[in-house]
Amino acid sequence: MKVGVITFPGTLDDVDAARAVKYAGGEAVSLWHADHDLKGVDAVIVPGGFSYGDYLRCGAIARFAPVMQEVVEAANKGMPVLGICNGFQILCEAHLLPGALIRNHKLHFVCRDQWLKVENNETAWTTRYDQGAEILVPLKSGEGGYQADAETLKQLEGEGRVVFRYVGDNPNGSRNGIAGITSANGRVVGLMPHPEHAIDALTGPTDDGLGMFLSLLDAVVSA
Amino acid sequence: MARVVVDVMPKPEILDPQGQAVANALPRLGFDGVTTVRQGKHFELEVADDVDDATLAKIAETFLANPVIEDWVVRRVDA
Repeated sequence: MKVGVITFPGTLDDVDAARAVKYAGGEAVSLWHADHDLKGVDAVIVPGGFSYGDYLRCGAIARFAPVMQEVVEAANKGMPVLGICNGFQILCEAHLLPGALIRNHKLHFVCRDQWLKVENNETAWTTRYDQGAEILVPLKSGEGGYQADAETLKQLEGEGRVVFRYVGDNPNGSRNGIAGITSANGRVVGLMPHPEHAIDALTGPTDDGLGMFLSLLDAVVSA
Repeated sequence: MARVVVDVMPKPEILDPQGQAVANALPRLGFDGVTTVRQGKHFELEVADDVDDATLAKIAETFLANPVIEDWVVRRVDA
């Protein structure tokens, strides 16, 4: 199984994302922002960082990168896509996921280990978790406040498309404590916290994040 | 060449923590009476004369502003 990991100018977490794919038993394939080619991958991860320096808005410029045109097209055909942190912002800007992310409500950059509740274990990226499980993964972002209009929120909640919710204090003012959401078909997932930094207790707070990458393996193999 | 200004503001219902921080700082600096501050972005574009209004509107809507969270106004100004 090949999983593409995109690198934009300013991306930081591509190496950890690729490492997580390898830990799960997959083959990580580097994708470059200027490429028009997905190199035959079965899934794509849009990792965290500060693509194009976060100028204009987080993810606003990355959305127009040549490789993202290919990702949008492939996602619309059902290819699994995971956006983490800046990747989540990019997927929202690319309209693969609804809503937008704004500056944290207290303006501070938040960097801490964060408990999340798994609200939907039926997406391509979450089947390895028990419904309602709580996992601990790092959160590190300055613009993680999830916003959507009332109608969109109602739709997300009503269709079970909230994938992860913050446990305890809301770290960034996200509406309904939303940490991650999925597309209508459950193939595209975006979340602000970083599962790829929690795949081995030696280097992260837990290995709770590995489940997302193992879930993908299951989803692709069974497809 | 024509000069075009695009002003982008957070929608009224969207929390604007930056504007709030500015508003909260004003009394500390001795400026009373300001009840609300909203912070946005101001773009100044120099464009060729043959760029039409529809193109400018598209630039604003698809790139300079995010319609999910922001409102925007496009206007041509005298250079």
